[in-house]
Amino acid sequence: MPLFSPTEFAKDQVLAVQEYSLLAGRSLSNVFAKPRYLDDTLQQADQIGVGSLPIVVLTGFFTGAVLALQTSGTLEQFGSLSLTGKLVAFSMVRELGPVLTGLMVAGRNSSGMASELGSMKVTEQIDAMRAMGVDPSKKLVTPRVVATVVMLFFLSIISDLVGLTGGFMISYLLLGLDANQYWTTAYQGLRFGDVLMGLSKPVIFGFIIASIGCYYGLSAKGGTQGVGRATTQAVVAASVLILVSDFFLTRLLMGFFQY
Amino acid sequence: MSFEDVAIAFDHPVLESISFQLPRGETKILMGVAGTGKTLILKLALGLLKPDSGHINVLDNEVTAMREQDLFAFRRNIGMVFQESALFDSMTVEENVAYRLIEETGRVTEEIHQRVLEALRFVELEHTVALSPGELSGGMRRRVAIARAIITQPEVLLYDSPTGGLDPVTSNTIIELIVKQRDVYHTSSLMVTHRLQDAFTMASHYFDRQQNKMVPVGDGVDCGDLNTRFLILRDGKIIFEGKAAELLRCDDPYIREYLS
Repeated sequence: MPLFSPTEFAKDQVLAVQEYSLLAGRSLSNVFAKPRYLDDTLQQADQIGVGSLPIVVLTGFFTGAVLALQTSGTLEQFGSLSLTGKLVAFSMVRELGPVLTGLMVAGRNSSGMASELGSMKVTEQIDAMRAMGVDPSKKLVTPRVVATVVMLFFLSIISDLVGLTGGFMISYLLLGLDANQYWTTAYQGLRFGDVLMGLSKPVIFGFIIASIGCYYGLSAKGGTQGVGRATTQAVVAASVLILVSDFFLTRLLMGFFQY
Repeated sequence: MSFEDVAIAFDHPVLESISFQLPRGETKILMGVAGTGKTLILKLALGLLKPDSGHINVLDNEVTAMREQDLFAFRRNIGMVFQESALFDSMTVEENVAYRLIEETGRVTEEIHQRVLEALRFVELEHTVALSPGELSGGMRRRVAIARAIITQPEVLLYDSPTGGLDPVTSNTIIELIVKQRDVYHTSSLMVTHRLQDAFTMASHYFDRQQNKMVPVGDGVDCGDLNTRFLILRDGKIIFEGKAAELLRCDDPYIREYLS
């Protein structure tokens, strides 16, 4: 067994970052270049958006519900149970809606993209595509990036709404809060900056999910074992990057809106 | 096509000082044991990989100096048949064969459909047009891959072990198609093969249009007339280049052992 070389390891990591950056950059610049694969983009949008809807709805609903359930005790101690709607809205719209939706879609679609493109790579279908004069970054990567960014934006909105509904069900049925009071505090508690923060995150997360999934897929090697490895790495990397970028994005936007 | 002093290394040198020419209309058969860089030569010719040094000129294009974006347009004049066919699983046979044409028009038009049928007729698989690659046998997949490569009538064809892993009867069918392409359309081609029998069949048979089949050349006909040359690699270097007759007369002990 060859000895571990720190230099080679460092070189590999730098090379990986360089290749990912180039692929991510090309996936964006391709949006402005012909040919544009609208059919492929719509197909991906259907697969990513409509396909992820059930898990996003379930995750959003139960997150909102458990949020109301967990915080009600603390709020009651301060006599502020009526603010449950505001707390659920604030947490879901600014943070949990986009992040949990991003993580769910990363688990479902980053892995799907990595395994699909990885299988194409190891069976030489990517080379065949290049050999026939078709740019895989235009044909395969850009449609997935565009579709994921657009669909994650709408999925996050749906998740926020369903989460608020979950919180409402608990507040109304278990905590005995007034429906009007819940929705009024939820609505009035949100500021423009909160909504903007909640809507800008899915754009970044969507880009991370698709570009990471495609990158690991296109760099898969070593047969079916390599495809499996690429799939796992894609989910892990996408999930970690979502959480890390969420922190920096939140800090940036908090500074911007002067929270 | 010409290779001039081409070298490439990965963990260790794979190809060193590779130089040869492929004149228009000629078929060059690349042979050698596994791992000597035969497939690599095809990928370098197509610009799928860049050499560490040397020059590769294909159809008056300096492939080594071209940007990836320019290579996409260049590759449309070259057809390649991959070792494992590399058909797109998610598409039908028709969509696979018409792939290049659909890229230009965006959909399968009536004209494209007719061209697909013509290409599939060439490989005698017209009836598979609506099937998916998963429903085809290994030999049929190779023939569909040939149809996909020739549909645009490219000026150069690259075959990567087109008969690898196939039974002798199916292999013969595929070699007949390659001979047909060579003798009917006079397409320049590079073919990688491990099967000596296929290589010598190509060098000793021609396609008779009247009989519509491959027939052996008669006595006294030089195999060189068929425009087919051999190129043998050993440890990343060319050790033989010439006609079938010259190869059989070669005294090199390695080549004698390889041929036996």
